Amino acid sequence: MSTTKYLFSGFGGQGILFIGKFVAYKGMIEDKQVSWLPSYGPEMRGGTASCSVIVSDNQVGSPIVSNPDVLVAMNLPSLDRFENSVVAGGTIFYDSSLIERKVARGDVKAVGIPATRLASENGFPTLANMILLGKILSDRGEFTDEGIRAALGKVISARHADMLEVNLRAMQLGANYQ
Amino acid sequence: MVVFKKPHALSDVPLHYCPGCTHGIVHRLVAEVIDELGIEGKTIGIAPVGCSVMAYNYFECDMIEAAHGRAPAVATGVKRANPDNIVFTYQGDGDLASIGTAETVHSAARNENITVIFINNAIYGMTGGQMAPTSLPGQVTQTSPYGRDVNLCGYPVKICEMLAQLDGPEYLERVTVNNVKQIKNAKRAIKKAFQNQIDGKGFSLIEVISSCPTNWGMTPQAALKWIDEKMIPYYPLGVYKDRSAEKKGDEQ
Amino acid sequence: MEKKVLMKGNEAIAEAAIRAGCRHYFGYPITPQTEIAAYMAKRMPKIGGTFLQAESEIAAINMVYGVASAGLRVMTSSSSPGVSLKGEGLSYLAGADLPALVVNVQRGGPGLGGIQPSQSDYFQATRGAGHGDFHMIVLAPASVQEMAELTVKAFDLADKYRMTSMLLADGTMGQMMEPVALDDLKISPMPEKPWATTGTKMERKRNIINSLSLVPEELEQFNFARYEKYAEIERTEAAAEEYRMEDAEICVAAFGIASRVSRNAVDAARELGIKVGMIRPITLWPFPAEPFKRSLSTVKKYISVELNMGQMIEDVRLATECRRPVTLCNRAGGMIPTPEQVLEAIKAAANGGEQ
Repeated sequence: MSTTKYLFSGFGGQGILFIGKFVAYKGMIEDKQVSWLPSYGPEMRGGTASCSVIVSDNQVGSPIVSNPDVLVAMNLPSLDRFENSVVAGGTIFYDSSLIERKVARGDVKAVGIPATRLASENGFPTLANMILLGKILSDRGEFTDEGIRAALGKVISARHADMLEVNLRAMQLGANYQ
Repeated sequence: MVVFKKPHALSDVPLHYCPGCTHGIVHRLVAEVIDELGIEGKTIGIAPVGCSVMAYNYFECDMIEAAHGRAPAVATGVKRANPDNIVFTYQGDGDLASIGTAETVHSAARNENITVIFINNAIYGMTGGQMAPTSLPGQVTQTSPYGRDVNLCGYPVKICEMLAQLDGPEYLERVTVNNVKQIKNAKRAIKKAFQNQIDGKGFSLIEVISSCPTNWGMTPQAALKWIDEKMIPYYPLGVYKDRSAEKKGDEQ
Repeated sequence: MEKKVLMKGNEAIAEAAIRAGCRHYFGYPITPQTEIAAYMAKRMPKIGGTFLQAESEIAAINMVYGVASAGLRVMTSSSSPGVSLKGEGLSYLAGADLPALVVNVQRGGPGLGGIQPSQSDYFQATRGAGHGDFHMIVLAPASVQEMAELTVKAFDLADKYRMTSMLLADGTMGQMMEPVALDDLKISPMPEKPWATTGTKMERKRNIINSLSLVPEELEQFNFARYEKYAEIERTEAAAEEYRMEDAEICVAAFGIASRVSRNAVDAARELGIKVGMIRPITLWPFPAEPFKRSLSTVKKYISVELNMGQMIEDVRLATECRRPVTLCNRAGGMIPTPEQVLEAIKAAANGGEQ
């Protein structure tokens, strides 16, 4: 029986809510209990956006994640704001091409990946979030092509079905990044 | 030979209106039109708050009593629910031109396919004669005891003129009922307003300049005269918008 | 296996309403419930329904009054300040005995307040939505699945009793996504409505929808009759979830999002050996007094957990007839209590500290 609490954060427009949704969908497909809760309001317009995602074997109580097991920070304000909230032994994934400083805490695992740089170098500048997501899943041992395809199929609307392959490639790039 | 009878659409109950009030005339005209168009079975009337608050007792068709000023919104709901129904509102000046201005303007802007009968008698009758949005400059009422001071409370609202600025409404006409000729003209206008709805043309509003002898403090005869002398110069009669006629005009 | 989709609470309400046969929606934009209107705007034109953005909340509720008069399922949705504007219409709907669904996705107040989640419209929903003696059936979902289920139930109850149902949610419930099994929703057919104003077709006497009654003796009788109906609803429709209450000596009372937070705290306290449980009202009116009365046999202290300054706590005191202390554990203005805060309150109660 386990519960994982995720907090995804970054600038509005970086696709933070989207990768949160992906993790929730993936959990749902795997028959877990899940919840996804966005911050809402004016901060979505250019400021810091965040969403709480819980994936659990049990019924989800509060959908609000104030002490995440996994923090995903795509900009410096997010890391500054949420670093101290991560539980001891938790993990912080961050975009090292946008965040110049290191994670200060010693009691958490820190995984930096230059997602934004990799995205523009590889010709999909809008998919830094998916690169980071690939890294998160591989690091957690949850990266399987079929699992990813199933979740992508859910989270990408039929209208954008042609985007599935490029999203998968971005995720693979992140997953394989050392 | 029957020379005069109650229209079928008018209920056989005594009206509560004051002697000399013109509400009764307009009720009868609406009922005659409903009879003549053969639409009683599918007509829904919406009564307002004000003197005609109990109009739901006076028509034989299905009736709904609305909150003050909200009749056009209620009519919108009824019409959207059953577009085959013929839906009319019957509203006074406080209801339509003050507390319900937003509902009036926006149902007109949407060109809701409804018929609005607007009784403008320049006063709040039911509550005992207070200043209405349509009270004339200088008009003495209970709440303008020294006469309506336009510097203090502004100018009357001219609904037909105002709504005519909108692209939405199909038909806007101002009539009165203070003599036989005008009553016949008012009936023609009201019939057109219902026919427009039957034809799916949209929002039609007939403003009826009416009298309120009780609260104007006049005899019924003097009140009818006051309509000619004071009301009509401020609220000129006539057609303010007729979209179908405009279209026809464009084609010629 | 049941087919689940991940949906926002607001969207689940909209989809469930459509499945329940609602084809008319009227609303006015306000955060945090706008997804309901957006969903309806997209779907209604495709299924022959009406979505209309009204000029005001007041107009919207009166359009609802119109469709309800015509005997069809109809709804509007808003958030706190907008619901205040609907108050007039809610009173008229009650006075004319019309069925309708009104959704309030609450935000912090009073006044313009904020846009973050709140439960501070509890009094408004259960006691004072408008002038006059009346009640609405008030349902409080605590999951996205329940948002859908209770939407359907709200329509059923509204039609059954010819009165307004309110779904009382909050910004969190509206904005969060959870898996929903929509195909499991039980949709019952709408009852006949011979009272509706659909036109006499010259075959029956006219129907009149009205709340005016100038003879006080008559108006009193209407009120008596309505309250007999309310008494029946109180007897038969009150609903609550009881969680780990078997041997509970401390009882947390919480609805909606507060119950989600409290569930974590109850579990954590149980791990510490504290005998605590939770009663989660699902109907706020009628308030489920019976499980509270029953709980008096074991419970020594009650804690009301709310996102307001203490509103439901009054109903907890009434239900327990003030025979036990009831304390408040709350946040307000758009803040949400944490499980830790609730756990502290439980611990304090267990230690006999807080009275």
